[in-house]
Amino acid sequence: MADISANFLGIKSPNPFWLASAPPTDKKINVLRAFEAGWGGVVWKTLGSQVKNVSSRYSAVNYNGSRIMGFNNIELISDRPLDINLREIEECIRLFPDRAMIVSLMADNTRESWHELIAKVEDTGAHGFELNFGCPHGMTERGMGAAVGQDPEIARMVVEWVMEKATIPVITKLTPNVHSVVPTGKAAVEAGTNALSLINTIQSVTGVDLDTFVPNPYVAGKSVFGGYCGPAVKPIALKFLATISQDPTTRQVPISGIGGISTWKDAVEFMLLGATTLQVCTAAMKHGFRIVEDMCEGLNNWMDEKGFATINDFIGLSVPTLTHWEDLDINYHHVAHINQDKCIHCGLCYIGCEDTSHQAINLSYGKPYNTYSIKEEECVGCNLCQLICPVEQCITMVEQRKGDEYLNWKDFQRLGLALNDH
Amino acid sequence: MSIQNNRLAPEAYERNFSDVHPPFDKKEAALVEANRCLFCYDAPCMKSCPTSIDVPKFIKQITTDNLKGSAHTILQSNIFGGGCSRVCPVEKLCEGSCVYNLMHEAPIPIAKLQRYATERAIAEKWQLFERKPSTGKKVAIVGAGPAGLSCAHALSAQGIDVTVFEKEARGGGLMTYGIAAYKVTPRFCQDEVDFITSLGGITIEYNRELGRDMSIPQLQDGFDAVFLGIGVGLARQLGIPGEHLDGVVDAIEFIYNLRSTSYSQVAVGDRVAVIGLGMTAIDAATQAKRLGATEVTIVYRRTQEEMPCTQVELDLAMLDGCRVLWLAAPKEVLGADGNVTGLVCSEMELGAADSSGRRSPVETSRTFALDVDMVIKAAGQMPFQSLVDAAGLENKGGRIVQANGATSVARVFAGGDCVNGGREVVDAVQAGKDGAAAILDYLRATEITSPDTAMEPSAFNNLAPALPDLS
Repeated sequence: MADISANFLGIKSPNPFWLASAPPTDKKINVLRAFEAGWGGVVWKTLGSQVKNVSSRYSAVNYNGSRIMGFNNIELISDRPLDINLREIEECIRLFPDRAMIVSLMADNTRESWHELIAKVEDTGAHGFELNFGCPHGMTERGMGAAVGQDPEIARMVVEWVMEKATIPVITKLTPNVHSVVPTGKAAVEAGTNALSLINTIQSVTGVDLDTFVPNPYVAGKSVFGGYCGPAVKPIALKFLATISQDPTTRQVPISGIGGISTWKDAVEFMLLGATTLQVCTAAMKHGFRIVEDMCEGLNNWMDEKGFATINDFIGLSVPTLTHWEDLDINYHHVAHINQDKCIHCGLCYIGCEDTSHQAINLSYGKPYNTYSIKEEECVGCNLCQLICPVEQCITMVEQRKGDEYLNWKDFQRLGLALNDH
Repeated sequence: MSIQNNRLAPEAYERNFSDVHPPFDKKEAALVEANRCLFCYDAPCMKSCPTSIDVPKFIKQITTDNLKGSAHTILQSNIFGGGCSRVCPVEKLCEGSCVYNLMHEAPIPIAKLQRYATERAIAEKWQLFERKPSTGKKVAIVGAGPAGLSCAHALSAQGIDVTVFEKEARGGGLMTYGIAAYKVTPRFCQDEVDFITSLGGITIEYNRELGRDMSIPQLQDGFDAVFLGIGVGLARQLGIPGEHLDGVVDAIEFIYNLRSTSYSQVAVGDRVAVIGLGMTAIDAATQAKRLGATEVTIVYRRTQEEMPCTQVELDLAMLDGCRVLWLAAPKEVLGADGNVTGLVCSEMELGAADSSGRRSPVETSRTFALDVDMVIKAAGQMPFQSLVDAAGLENKGGRIVQANGATSVARVFAGGDCVNGGREVVDAVQAGKDGAAAILDYLRATEITSPDTAMEPSAFNNLAPALPDLS
């Protein structure tokens, strides 16, 4: 059995799965249920200035009959009184001393406010802070949340205020509502943050009601931009995470990965790109806390299979394989191959290639079943047909190098090699 | 022991004749199945449909909440798409070729989805088709069955004024009179006919029979063209002793009675033999059982390998408690006082393959007798030979010979069972479409639409929509 426990800046948790700062970590009853279910830690829903929430708060994007491919919220930070939150945090720590208790903070934009909030929260015995520089709605209008995270210099200033006061580890949470998370990440690291977490939600409009003409979620005939999360944002989160893992400054600190993590496989992907702990929200909101069971078991089995004893053995392992486009090997070539024994004759590969790609698939008419085969000389190896094919391992990509040696675009140009002729 | 009606309590009739393939309970259930559809290209299901319904498209349209579009997709290929979703032997057509079969997974329930998409269209009388302005051309159609009404709809849509002559009091043909009641209700059949004629330009004259009330020359005089969709009618005779006895009935007649009166009025024997194993034989056997017969035996002269009905249909009969005697051919109906008392059968064995490719049954010397009080003949139907001969139509054993829809008689076209000898409803619908296309060609009624006039570049100015005022 592999050891799946995490040690994040000395904050220990029996597994790397934390609940992200969000509605599931808003109060004691939820957090105790989460700990009972087996979650390794929680990031308590953001504490700070007093707010009031509206109804409704969430909306979603469904896809081909699957519900909540993407999820959107317009909820603000905790709207409960600070003293109740602090008392409950303390109780949760006392009842589950082996779990990580991180508290998310978003104070008013003054040094005093931050210092005051930090002192109060530290009194609960919390293990760490997460600075909410990412909330994209409601708080930004007051100069908080993403308004801080989108400006590296403001972020630097706030992190400096926090580090003056904090005596427990500080994680700075980054907003993805920027063209790059690296400048703010760098500023936070330079200002002394002990760790980074990302991503927060992405500004979105999930849809418009075709009867009322009002976008969702609906609040008395109006709506606002919300924060998008769930499985749909995972690829975007992984990209932002990778840039933090590549940058020489930001890669110095541990990272807590967030963004659409629903399964142990998602978690492993985040870890391979540099995350030490994983934060989950949407998947738990959709299925309940019990999903952590398979996340732990799946991670454990995968680590055993791969021979990894601890999670530190593979964190960041995939980062070096992400390179620059101009360093890719142009001589690498593969072509599609259709296994006729597995083919169900749905024709999806054919029409995708014929209409939108390279006309590299032959159609031989049959009634009712057509036969499809690859025109290898036309196939550019784009993967489209393989991605479309509904049958596992029916279309495979077979390597057919154009040359033995590694050849990148820079060399290609330097050597004056021939471009495509059709 | 006798042939009698009123065997069951009203609720038992109700239960026995309720929908054999119930529709989706609700939208979510339909969506689960619709979303499974892979949206195949040049889809095998579409190619296996005699009317070439674009199945992937109509299923996709269910998933996008475009039910109107979905119904239109179905009905523009098959105006009987609602009825066909209930009566088609889909296991050997669209569903039988669904690619999921090749993955050993359950095929998409295409018929059920088709019913889902068309049910509301018909019930709520959606106007999905628009008739072109009248061309002044007139076509007479004989028979308001699937072939005739399919032809009528296609012609009327193109502005042809259509008059349909129907010998029965209701339209729908075998859909209304010849198919098991647990598949389509009389109410549905009427709604479907009304839906088809709601296009306009179609007048049905009921209780008007060709050969009795009018002749083909008369129709030729009054109309620009004539389409015959007269179907087949007479049950094939067995040609054995005792066939005249009371208690020997035609399956078609038996089902006709069942479909035109209330179930409790239809008499059935205690012990019933059904001759034949086509779809009609199954419909007769199961319904005899459902009317309260204690024992129903299907007598078939070949083996399961050669049976014309589908496995799904056979299972339906077996689950109803019907028994099948394979390799048995009727030899003599036994009687007493003019009533059926038994059926003597020859044991058969399979010989060489015949013209249909199936092995022919050969009589052995062994016989056996069944103790029955009713014999239902369902060994196929005969074309209207004398009617066709009298009209001077070239035919093969009563089946009208046609080329591209046209018969040997000028301006007379034909299609459906009267041409093919009797196939599925869906085949008749396609034959009606083909007949309409042939007639339109003949009438040169298809008009060439001129392309839209090209716009002057200056006309593109000021085309941006004005966004609403935000103040």
